Amino acid sequence: MTGDFPKEWQYRTPKTKLLIWAFWLCMVAGFVYCWQVMTEGTIWYFVQDAPRQAADIGGRMWPPKLSYVPELMIPLWDTLNMATLGTMLGVILAVPVAFMAARNTTPSATFLRPLALFIIVASRSINSLIWALLLVAILGPGILAGIIAIGLRSIGFVGKLLYEAIEETDVTQIEAIRATGASPAQVLNYAIVPQIMPAFWGITVFRWDINIRESAILGLVGAGGLGLKLQASLNVLSWPQVTTILLLILITVVISEWVSARVRAALI
Amino acid sequence: MTSYPTTWKRPPQIFKHRGWRIGLQIAVLAWFVLAIGSIDANWERIIAGGERGLRFVQGFLQPDFTSRWSDIRGGLIESLTMTFTSTIVGIAISIPIGIGAARNLAPRPVYYVCRSIIAVSRALQEVIVAIFFVAMFGFGPFAGFLTLTFATIGFIAKLLAEDIEGIDESQAEAVRATGASWLQLINYAVQPQVMPRLIGLSLYRFDINFRESAVIGIVGAGGIGATLNTAIDRYEYDSAGAILLIIIGIVLIAEYGSSYLRKFLQ
Repeated sequence: MTGDFPKEWQYRTPKTKLLIWAFWLCMVAGFVYCWQVMTEGTIWYFVQDAPRQAADIGGRMWPPKLSYVPELMIPLWDTLNMATLGTMLGVILAVPVAFMAARNTTPSATFLRPLALFIIVASRSINSLIWALLLVAILGPGILAGIIAIGLRSIGFVGKLLYEAIEETDVTQIEAIRATGASPAQVLNYAIVPQIMPAFWGITVFRWDINIRESAILGLVGAGGLGLKLQASLNVLSWPQVTTILLLILITVVISEWVSARVRAALI
Repeated sequence: MTSYPTTWKRPPQIFKHRGWRIGLQIAVLAWFVLAIGSIDANWERIIAGGERGLRFVQGFLQPDFTSRWSDIRGGLIESLTMTFTSTIVGIAISIPIGIGAARNLAPRPVYYVCRSIIAVSRALQEVIVAIFFVAMFGFGPFAGFLTLTFATIGFIAKLLAEDIEGIDESQAEAVRATGASWLQLINYAVQPQVMPRLIGLSLYRFDINFRESAVIGIVGAGGIGATLNTAIDRYEYDSAGAILLIIIGIVLIAEYGSSYLRKFLQ
């Protein structure tokens, strides 16, 4: 009688096991194929040579040239301004986009909402370095291009998180305000805005922190700040200066991350 | 007959003292004026660039996919293969590091070593890492692959470690009570709890790696970024617009695909 039953208990049915096995086979085959395609043009001599190169560059990079630090103060000021002004620009542009993209506040779900979602996706998929590359070609080198690049990239990030926060607002509070006879503008002001304010400040500070990291390298394509000095030092192979700049970027990033973590902890 | 106020104002929350508030506002205003002053925009150059900007907008509206298609195709293949291999290798490396960086599983010395690996990987920008890898390994997608792998380790390992630290301890204790070894504990108590999130994170990282692969090409690490950089350098804005639209399209597909897959898996 018991012959019909399997002797041992098994977690998965044979069909799922086969599917999982097929999935792993596909992944391995895909990996091997991609690896072949990718390394077609690789010169393996350079790869074998890499440890020696690394030791060579490392030897040249140390010690950092500390006398270079005073020269970096103005680029550092530019970098910080680029990040902060860019964040402000991005937030100002992102707020209307977020309200248009949120399902419960959008003025027209058929026309404006898809447009707002497209703006968010387009801004999110293009890195600020690419925005800077385009803007430097259009506006010329300088921190103005950097500010606008940071701002354009921030729209997507702030817009996406903010519209999700708007969609998650508590409906009962909105209903309570509406029950007092408030106009749509008053509902926005007294029911929705107070609910998203903590999220808004959290997102803004978080993005500011990311923007500090990004603005440090925007100079590589000519948008001013520390990256410009980095590019100049790399071009003349002055590795001790490169180390100094990287250390300065690292310190700035650590401080900004600490500030942002403190502010967000205080808000939430 | 005390007169009551007729309006209510929310009391100040962070800076209670009036002087601090005014001082802070003045400081912010002063910084703003100084910062705007240091922008140093060259208006003649900007006006001259207006025509170029217009051409770029036109290029975006009428993208030219055909005339540089073989370059675009090559760049895309490099980018996609780079993204795929680096995501897989990165995850394979970051799983042991993530387990090592979880406070409830790893001994103290291992924990500190793994946490410092994560910190180094997260602190360095992809582009800066790419510059060094290009200097060491030569131009091309291999340097890009290494860069993206390195960046993936910091991201996945950190979030995985936090997820492992947040598992339900009672399940781990139940498995431990059966006399399971450390490996069995990982396999039967930890892995089932963190697997859904790990899959989600991997898909998300795939998406990020593709976007980053478009950037590190600018410093010579191969991929679609190199093609884009060339197109912009040659003022071929219609080709650049086509490349940007392709990037946006692939990111969109990856995003919707991964959100669908995550729903399907849960």
